[in-house]
Amino acid sequence: MSGCPFGGGQQPPAGTHSDASEASPETSDGGTRRLSRRGLLGLAGVGGAGAVAGIAAGLLGHDALAAAAAPPAANDSVIPFFGDRQAGITTAAQDRLHMAAFDVTTEDRAALIDLLKDWTAAAAAMTAGRTTGTTGAVDGPYDAPPEDTGEALDLDAGRLTITFGFGGSLFEKDGKARFGLDGKRPDALIDLPHFPGDALESARTGGDIVVQACADDPQVAVHAIRNLARIGFGKTRVRWSQLGFGRTSSTSRAQQTARNLFGFKDGTNNLKAEDTALLDEHVWAGAGSRAGEAWMEGGSYLVSRRIRMHIEIWDRTSLREQEGLIGRTKGEGAPLSGGKEFTAPDFGIKGNDGEPLIAMDSHVRLAHADQNDGVRMLRRGYNYTDGSDGLGHLDAGLFFIAFVKDPRTHYVPMQMTMAKEDVLALEYLKHTGSGLFAVPPGVKQGGFVGEGLFA
Amino acid sequence: MPGLTSPKIRRTAGARLAVVAATAVLPLALASCTDNASANPSGTTDGPIQVTSTDADCKVSAAEAPSGNLTFAVKNDGAEVTEFYVLAEDGLRIVAEVENIGPGITRNLVLTAPAGKYITACKPGMKGDGIRADFTVKDSGKQATADADLQKLVDTGVTQYTAYVKDQTEQLVAGTKEFAAAYAAGDAAKAKSLYAATRMHWERIEPVAESFGDLDPKLDAREADLEPGQKWTGWHRAEKDLFPPAGYKELTAAERAAISKQLVADTEELSTRTRTVKLSADKLGNGAKELLDEVARGKVTGEEEIWSHTDLWDFQANVDGARIAFENLKPALQQKDAALAKDLDAKFSALQAELKNHAKGDGFAYYNELSKDEVQQLSALVDALGEPLSKLTAAVVL
Repeated sequence: MSGCPFGGGQQPPAGTHSDASEASPETSDGGTRRLSRRGLLGLAGVGGAGAVAGIAAGLLGHDALAAAAAPPAANDSVIPFFGDRQAGITTAAQDRLHMAAFDVTTEDRAALIDLLKDWTAAAAAMTAGRTTGTTGAVDGPYDAPPEDTGEALDLDAGRLTITFGFGGSLFEKDGKARFGLDGKRPDALIDLPHFPGDALESARTGGDIVVQACADDPQVAVHAIRNLARIGFGKTRVRWSQLGFGRTSSTSRAQQTARNLFGFKDGTNNLKAEDTALLDEHVWAGAGSRAGEAWMEGGSYLVSRRIRMHIEIWDRTSLREQEGLIGRTKGEGAPLSGGKEFTAPDFGIKGNDGEPLIAMDSHVRLAHADQNDGVRMLRRGYNYTDGSDGLGHLDAGLFFIAFVKDPRTHYVPMQMTMAKEDVLALEYLKHTGSGLFAVPPGVKQGGFVGEGLFA
Repeated sequence: MPGLTSPKIRRTAGARLAVVAATAVLPLALASCTDNASANPSGTTDGPIQVTSTDADCKVSAAEAPSGNLTFAVKNDGAEVTEFYVLAEDGLRIVAEVENIGPGITRNLVLTAPAGKYITACKPGMKGDGIRADFTVKDSGKQATADADLQKLVDTGVTQYTAYVKDQTEQLVAGTKEFAAAYAAGDAAKAKSLYAATRMHWERIEPVAESFGDLDPKLDAREADLEPGQKWTGWHRAEKDLFPPAGYKELTAAERAAISKQLVADTEELSTRTRTVKLSADKLGNGAKELLDEVARGKVTGEEEIWSHTDLWDFQANVDGARIAFENLKPALQQKDAALAKDLDAKFSALQAELKNHAKGDGFAYYNELSKDEVQQLSALVDALGEPLSKLTAAVVL
């Protein structure tokens, strides 16, 4: 316990919430300025406890009292955390990303479960626009560090979604099962093969648990990862993390197609939330063929690839070649075979030289479902810039994220083809990080993320 | 050294050459494309001339224009793939063209037109003589160069570069045989001494050599480039064996002999095939740019020669190849854009001077002997050259 030489706040007994009813006046505004992320006490202070009781009731699981704070002023900035599926997959892609992969440093199954419960509570609170912990950012004891880091106070929920996934290394390491999860690793959660040209850095690859935080405000996304990392200290350490600043996919027909750092529209042909039958076919995992993997039913698989773009070299490339490599026009995003952005590409139509207007080695052709046994994926990538590389070149590119039903059929064959034949990939891209994670189905009220795995 | 194992970028220029070749760019044509009709890259004051091509019609919004850079925004409103031509008064010689415009797509044709009479033509379905109309370019005072000798200068440059490619491949074959013999015989010291110098002949003509998508991976694949199950042959296979990393298990004599034999055979095949490569000004220009891209991506970062650290040999060879292509186009460039020619001269000289600082004996310092500052300095000079060099093709062919 920290000392308190000048008699600041009262030191509460560890592990209790006894200070909840005695928030010191000097630390509490009592007003509504931070209402959206104030702890329960702030609201109680103005007599609104009853109003939140109903919301609180469903959340009073492990350490979840914090989640019982005030709901943000009603709005479309909140994406529900609980549900049959995890949010952040078909949710209309937000503008910002903070993704982190964690290594679990404990080998204690109970500690891992506790962690997942704590994370569930915190994620539920933060996605609702509230602070983490029982006392939040400013309503705790004066001599203790606040339970919530506070940088998201005054901000609304920002359509924050927090999506969890499990890497193969959570299930086994060095050939030995971990956490009593023998037989629970889904067959689809493979170790990805080496793709030609891969330049993977171990410090940007893998991880036991991945957390994808997406929001319309970068501060909200960073706040989420920061607080989860903090809650995890002692049980996990961050293996890598990635900020993304501009979505490169639209996952809803209501969204405009965004552009990647090559200046081209990206994800035009992406699966959309509205395509429910296609999502069943290509995104949502089934029960598998063994009892041990049935816990994944209704989940999905997340592929992440940090794809560095050689921006400066691209910028010296003629427009003719840029469009030829992509297979679409740069302005409208129409396939070179004609039409508008959403016109289906015609891979057969030929120019006067007898060659297809959409070149055989163009990105659009190689990635298209028609060229990949009809296989599709839900892409959710982001542009990233991590400063410069020491040679004055942008360390920037696409942080590719895709959700698929089964990476063995829905990712590996396509990526192998792209790595070998896509001139864009060969000349202008370099994969520097990689991850594959099993994303369990959604969390029911009172449950915790990945619960089925430990049943 | 950063702990990166980056791939050498394969088939780089080759694929690009193939793209250019497939579209059969004519010397005076540079097609670019945008669907933003307000874009006006040509710098004309009146905006693009609108061309609407349907299956039965070819509407050109103006019948005349002032001399200088002209932009035609060609919209395909028909159902078939179309093309648009600007022909000389005789109706035969193609001054500029934009081809393969898909239905619904707009492409810009930018050209530099001197005063004179021309004919425009849309060719829906890419058949026949097209739907033609007269077009007049009036003297604006900004007279575009119409030097009849220009084409000769370009042709001469292309011929010279073709000869250069031939010379380099011959030296490559001879050098490879000598290297392979030493390597196969287990004379590691001699093989190591020949390794970097022989590869320079390859690196000088890399855009041409890499245009053969099957041979390039056999000759120049790096370990990171391989796909599962792919057999690894070529220079970098030998490199790893000659400059082994810690814990590396060296190849047997039989394996070395097999790699040597394959290396020679593939190189001879390359030499045979380069004899029939058709070069053109745009290929020279693009090839020069691509060589600098190669330097920026793989050589200045030390990724190409991850075991031998002889990246500066490759670096110098790429710069050599780019400079020769530039020199061959320079007489034409001086007529079209003297300032660019002068700028490129200066930038090549600056980069060459810096490289010279790292010369050692017949070769260079090893990459891992360079300080961070020295690498940064080289990289900055590569960027300084690469940017104007990327303008060479358009300047010469437009």
